[in-house]
Amino acid sequence: MAITRRHFMRTTGAAAALSLASPMIARAAADTIKVGGLHDLSGALDLVGIPMNQVFQMAIKEINEAGGLLGKQVEGVVYDPQSNMSLYSQYATQMALKDRVAVVMGGITSASRETIRPIFHKFKTPYFYNTQYEGGVCDRNEITIGTTPAQTVARIIPYAMNLYGKKVYTVAADYNYGHITSAWIKRFVEEQGGEVIATEFFPLDVAQFGSTISKIQAAKPDFVCSAMVGSSHLGFYRQWAAAGMKEQIPMISTVLGAGGNDQIVLTAAEGNGILSSFGYFEAVDNPANKAFLERVKAEYPTNTPIMSEISECTYEGMMIWADAVREAGSIERDAVLEVIAQGKTYDLPAGKVKIDPKTHHAIRDVYIAELKDQTFAIRESYPESQPADTQMVCDLIADPGANKHYEISL
Amino acid sequence: MDYAIIVALEMIRAVAWLVLLAAGLAIIFGMMRVINFAHGEFLMLGGYTVVVSTGAGVNEWVAILLLAPLVVGIFGVVVERLVIRQLYGRMLDSLLATWGLSMLMIGGVTLIFGNTVQGVATPFGGVRIGSYQMPVYNFVLIFFAAAILLAVWAVLKFTRAGLIARATMQNPNMAETLGIRTGWVYMATFGIGSAVTGLAGGLLAPVTGVVPAMGASLVGQSFITVITGGAAVITGTLSSATILGSISQATTFWAGPVYGDAALLVVALILLRILPQGITGRIFKRAL
Repeated sequence: MAITRRHFMRTTGAAAALSLASPMIARAAADTIKVGGLHDLSGALDLVGIPMNQVFQMAIKEINEAGGLLGKQVEGVVYDPQSNMSLYSQYATQMALKDRVAVVMGGITSASRETIRPIFHKFKTPYFYNTQYEGGVCDRNEITIGTTPAQTVARIIPYAMNLYGKKVYTVAADYNYGHITSAWIKRFVEEQGGEVIATEFFPLDVAQFGSTISKIQAAKPDFVCSAMVGSSHLGFYRQWAAAGMKEQIPMISTVLGAGGNDQIVLTAAEGNGILSSFGYFEAVDNPANKAFLERVKAEYPTNTPIMSEISECTYEGMMIWADAVREAGSIERDAVLEVIAQGKTYDLPAGKVKIDPKTHHAIRDVYIAELKDQTFAIRESYPESQPADTQMVCDLIADPGANKHYEISL
Repeated sequence: MDYAIIVALEMIRAVAWLVLLAAGLAIIFGMMRVINFAHGEFLMLGGYTVVVSTGAGVNEWVAILLLAPLVVGIFGVVVERLVIRQLYGRMLDSLLATWGLSMLMIGGVTLIFGNTVQGVATPFGGVRIGSYQMPVYNFVLIFFAAAILLAVWAVLKFTRAGLIARATMQNPNMAETLGIRTGWVYMATFGIGSAVTGLAGGLLAPVTGVVPAMGASLVGQSFITVITGGAAVITGTLSSATILGSISQATTFWAGPVYGDAALLVVALILLRILPQGITGRIFKRAL
């Protein structure tokens, strides 16, 4: 049978109408509350996405064990976007229109977030982005839980300069994260009266760092600031230690401890002494964190995932949303967002967290930690750190309809 | 002065790096005209052999120098018997088949060991040169790059096996007529090429992170080196590794790693425009 255009239109049109109609039917019959989890479970980023999903599932279980929400059980809807942007947009649309989820947790890279954020904005599905990122999202529909450079880089740079000196050498991955982060590093160093003597960028497949290590020795900085990403770049720390540089020039990193297992891949001799700054480390000392880590261990007794900011924030996202649903007595987007934006303070494993009504970003405790025998030991904490970068460009109270990711110019 | 020494040593190490990456591939391509697209994954397998066996308590050097070449060499023989053998003389088909093999290997290793970064610490510490320090392990890499080339050269030049291999390489039909089982020669060649690749993967494991997909970032440099070098296994690999490695490393020192990477590609592009058969396609034509 030859397929004519008319025939094609008729059959696909009918199919489309059917598939649009079916979620309505499903929704009417729903006696659970569906929540979406969109994390890379395979592909290049699964190392980060899998623990996020594990914590997402654990949070659902915890909510259900506490009696569910509004008298209903919570049900997770999970898709694996496979670190692939077209799948992200496909699954986001599916979650919003077909599954009709009440909220979505997910997205890891900024690229994936900017793929799905407009979709959830358009279909009015509340969206929690739980990853540390470069700052600048202005969208009432997105609650951003992770830290931004104004919360972490702004803390660790003065701290390290105080400790080591004013001359900084930056090495960074050659894509937008590395470029944006090194721009922030430069800004904060200069604000403190210091100087970035050189910034070098490395394509992600570069695995030889001898020339750079020699150049750093020639430049004699007071410390090195690393925004290196990925498995090839891990060689930088390794070759740095092998050259015997660890005892000579201190190092800080904006990436180590972000979500992978870098800290346990580096031996104690290679990693000891590296400083890092995030909104959460396993070493945070409070009862909520103790209980949280015990629950993770109980839920995943073998291959217990290492908790880092990115996975702990996924838990925060779920808990904050669940609390808002209970208080609002509804899963309707506007009611939930209204409660969240009241600026209520939550006691979570990472410490005290509240959502800034102006930017819908988290105002949170931020920590500086030192890598010591393959775990992070906390050296300093900064309560109530503001997402000052995003606050520079975004005011959702004045402009609730905003739907934009600003590139904050430095 | 000491800075000049450091730069020179780094350039030699960059050359050694390319030699290590490319040697196994060059053996297979130069002798058999088979493009092994899974070369990066063979390197990865060597790296994993080292990570897993040192994790199980095996001495690091035994793992690198013995187990890695052994495991990958045997794997190579199996692959040759099952896949490559069916596809001799069909370059495109073997390319596709080995590409599929590379995906299979990435998937398999991910399934067994997970997509997490693993690694072993770099042995030895640093050595002081003037006011600079560099890892002693750099010299290990340089030594083994030289040793591999030297060994291949000696075998091809002075042994009966080398003679047979060269005969098969030059004229397989005539060699077969004279009673040489070329199938066995190919199998051995593929196995040895794989073993050399395994050794290289093992040697690289202590300087980088080992992940299932690590081959992807190594295979490009390997292929560029082999293709730029042309058909002669030793002269080709050595000449192209020297040109590409020193120019890209000099550029890295001068302008940074992004430009160093780009310089390698630009030089390879120009060389291939002038010498489409590779360096040894025109110069050193009769060399090994």
